[in-house]
Amino acid sequence: MKEAVGIIRGISGPTVIAEAKGLKLYDRVYVGRSMLTGEVVRLEEGRSIIQVYEDTRGLSIGEPVKSTGMPLTVRLGPGLLSSIFDGLQRPLKRLEEEIGPFITGGRELYGLDYLRRWSFFPLKKKGDEVVEGDFFGYVEEGSFKHYLISHKRGIIKWIAEGEISLNEVIAELEDGTELFGCHEWPVRVPRPYRRKLPACEPLITGQRCIDFLFPLARGGTAILPGGFGTGKTILEQSIAKFADADIVVYVGCGERGNEMAEMLEEFMKLKDPWTDRPLMDRTILVVNTSNMPVAAREASIYTAVTMAEYYRDMGYHVLFLADSLSRWAEALREISSALEEMPGEEGYPTYLASRLASFFERAGVVETIGGRTGSLSMILSVSPPGGDFTEPVTQSCLRTAGAFLMLDTSLAHRRHFPAINWFQSYSLYSKDVVEFFDKKISQEWSALRQECNEILQREEVLREIVEIVGMEGLQDSDRLLMHIAERIRLEFLSQNAYTEDAFSPPEMTLKKIKNIVEFYNKALSSLKKGISLEEILR
Amino acid sequence: MRPAEHSYRTISSIKGPLLFVEKVFSALTGEIVRIISPSGEEREGEVLKIENDTVLIEVFGETKGLDIKNTTVVFTDSLKKIPLSEDMIGRVFSSSFKPLDDIPLPVPEKWAPVTGYPMNPVSRARPEEFIETGLSVIDGLNTLVKGQKLPVFSCAGLPSKEVVAFILRNARIRKTDLFKKEEKEFVIVFGAMGLTFQDYSFFMKTLEEMEAPFVAFINMADQPVLERLLTPRYCLTVAEYLAFDKSMDVLVVLTDMTNYCDALREVSTAREELPGRRGYPGYMYSDLASIYERAGRLKNIKGSITLLPVVTMPEDDITHPIPDLTGYITEGQIVLSRELHQKGLFPPVDVLPSLSRLMQNGIGEGRTRGDHRRIANLLYKYYAKGRDLRRLEAIVGREGLTEQDRKMLEFADLFEREFVNQYNQVAKVSVRRDIIETLDKGIECMKRFRLIGD
Repeated sequence: MKEAVGIIRGISGPTVIAEAKGLKLYDRVYVGRSMLTGEVVRLEEGRSIIQVYEDTRGLSIGEPVKSTGMPLTVRLGPGLLSSIFDGLQRPLKRLEEEIGPFITGGRELYGLDYLRRWSFFPLKKKGDEVVEGDFFGYVEEGSFKHYLISHKRGIIKWIAEGEISLNEVIAELEDGTELFGCHEWPVRVPRPYRRKLPACEPLITGQRCIDFLFPLARGGTAILPGGFGTGKTILEQSIAKFADADIVVYVGCGERGNEMAEMLEEFMKLKDPWTDRPLMDRTILVVNTSNMPVAAREASIYTAVTMAEYYRDMGYHVLFLADSLSRWAEALREISSALEEMPGEEGYPTYLASRLASFFERAGVVETIGGRTGSLSMILSVSPPGGDFTEPVTQSCLRTAGAFLMLDTSLAHRRHFPAINWFQSYSLYSKDVVEFFDKKISQEWSALRQECNEILQREEVLREIVEIVGMEGLQDSDRLLMHIAERIRLEFLSQNAYTEDAFSPPEMTLKKIKNIVEFYNKALSSLKKGISLEEILR
Repeated sequence: MRPAEHSYRTISSIKGPLLFVEKVFSALTGEIVRIISPSGEEREGEVLKIENDTVLIEVFGETKGLDIKNTTVVFTDSLKKIPLSEDMIGRVFSSSFKPLDDIPLPVPEKWAPVTGYPMNPVSRARPEEFIETGLSVIDGLNTLVKGQKLPVFSCAGLPSKEVVAFILRNARIRKTDLFKKEEKEFVIVFGAMGLTFQDYSFFMKTLEEMEAPFVAFINMADQPVLERLLTPRYCLTVAEYLAFDKSMDVLVVLTDMTNYCDALREVSTAREELPGRRGYPGYMYSDLASIYERAGRLKNIKGSITLLPVVTMPEDDITHPIPDLTGYITEGQIVLSRELHQKGLFPPVDVLPSLSRLMQNGIGEGRTRGDHRRIANLLYKYYAKGRDLRRLEAIVGREGLTEQDRKMLEFADLFEREFVNQYNQVAKVSVRRDIIETLDKGIECMKRFRLIGD
């Protein structure tokens, strides 16, 4: 029941001041006659300040403000996979069907289709006991079993079977509690779990540079900062395509519309390399392009991460990708400055770091309430202004993220992609994950990794010498090393995202580096035998 | 009840382009107001902020000559809209939407809000059709496609004006079907912000000589800054109408976005907003995106909007907020270089930092030519190698280089002189090259050094 609780007293850009009673902080409200979605961000004596998620043009003083009595929520249930939502979980395809190709705003659409029929398979029967977190049944969502989770303890009185839709009761407990196929969850509240587990299994990305040099872990967090043109988006999308995850949630946060169009088209066509099913089957897209309302951009990453957590709770390995976190931080800054809060560094609010940290904490390997293991990994791109990594967003992320994959403008200019700088990047998961690779893939993994690192280090030193004396002035063994390092860079670390090579499983990664390093060792011993370098390289 | 139009004489203060009006019964955000000065002159303004019955108005024209007592403010109960008609083609307008040719405004077919609406990302079609600019560096190596936004990054003193004029004169869409009846399918919308008189006469001359149909909006350097903020929006509103209502392919050329951003900063400071980097407002990214993101194509609709903004990098610094934020939104960039300009080459485009992100989709068999990708990759590779060696040459001298390296150096020189350069010293004009000529030129350059077989 939406009852009128107040009227608009002032409007300034996306911020609306209302005289209202009975509002709670972070309540979701409908503003004005056109029912724009907003969120209460501050309460003062007699007036409430509301952040509106849509264009406020045309709004006038005296129009009503209605409260939903609920915070900003997402609807969780079957039908999220292969959908495309905006930052407020409005399905963009249905929005297009209703209002055409331009988003003219002020339209409430539910994230889930309540009329769609699903086949329900009960996992419990009448008289069974369920506890919180138990699966009482599942529906088939594409190729996934979408488990439905009980939120209460009790004895099942009756349970449905066969066709259901989301607005029907599916099961009832002895105490009268009704269980539905979907529910709402406030986006800013992390979903609960029993306990967190350490992240030590690898998240295979299919990118040699990442998997071999800076491996990521399931349940870990990584940031991907780089100036424009360094290939952040291409890399994020490649990871979204090839990563070894069950479910991928991708947020296009304040980025280009054309990129999203391209991505949609590709994801429809491409196959998941791990299961050979259409890629879109395992993907949820949340899109808020740079010209869509700023406040919804701030909410979009929360909307997305809540959906990711929902699938994690079913025991899936979920990968969350956002491009780019800087746009989120900028939206936060815009909102903060509209609220006339005291600015911190570069105008960002001082709570930027703590917000980021608590956001990163939503990642992790967890034991769910139901006792299963699920993980939520995050890979987030950052767009530092001017490519300067000393700015607040990158620096705040560095304090919490487990891996730092720095994208280098000079590598990008040399058309070396992915342009991950191998000296400055790091991964705190390397130790555990490399051990895992040693066990599962090959004993040689860590030794080869060490050798590869040494060659690259040595090349950097020699490069400075070459600048002065030229290639001709080097010893044969050093010239050989330069040659090998070049091969590592060109054949191993670079990967063309537009060819077959875009995805490299760990076995292939190992084979490639092994070939190069073995050739190097053979060539070294040939050099010692007195064979000339020219002859060896031929 | 809201009165349709209501007027007040309750101004409480005037500050720069801002006007406070008190005791207003009911105003809309974004509502257009007419401000009538004591001498009877009219100008427009927009409601920016409302707090109880006090309204803050931003004036689009000059605030000179307004006073507190006798100025009337009329609230019109409508948002900022402009009249649109196909007959606008071939006309030049001022930034206050007055025709510069003294002929009355065409009869409007529809009115549309200047800020437009965001395109639904799922309705977008992916840009993949080639647009020929006539410049080899762009067509061959940084191909522009329909629906793309590709800025030109220039520095003070570089001939960005001439590059723009060249594109205005020579841009066209390649006909795949040569026998198709010539229609008004390709239109250029030209927007100039903060033009000096000298630039103005230059561009007016260019427009006169243009073959392609056009619509132009001109904002002069001495005209109000708020109109400068409106100019690109007028252009894109017209472009959206021509593209999506009239199924035309529209190329929007905006020069110079640096003037636009400076105007944005000026207005933001007047509003006493918190300044961001270098004094530019924190929302500049979103503001620029609201312009640049209007480029694109839609599924099931024939037209397209392609955007070519010009940005002058202050202090030649590509990390300055204006080029930086632009680069984060646009799909690549064309970078002009002082060094090439000093060598007397035109267009002085530095190939290495330039990039067209959407090129991959727009080239190849059926779009340009089957060997396009290969030629572009090879040219880039050899030129980059040559440029790299130039640094080494400066240290160790040409004698210290291998024969192969010397060949690369010579190739880089030839590439700049023959491929990049299109200025004919003898005829003193820049000559247009179509895509086939461009690709053949590339092959010819490489053949001379035996870098490519037959």
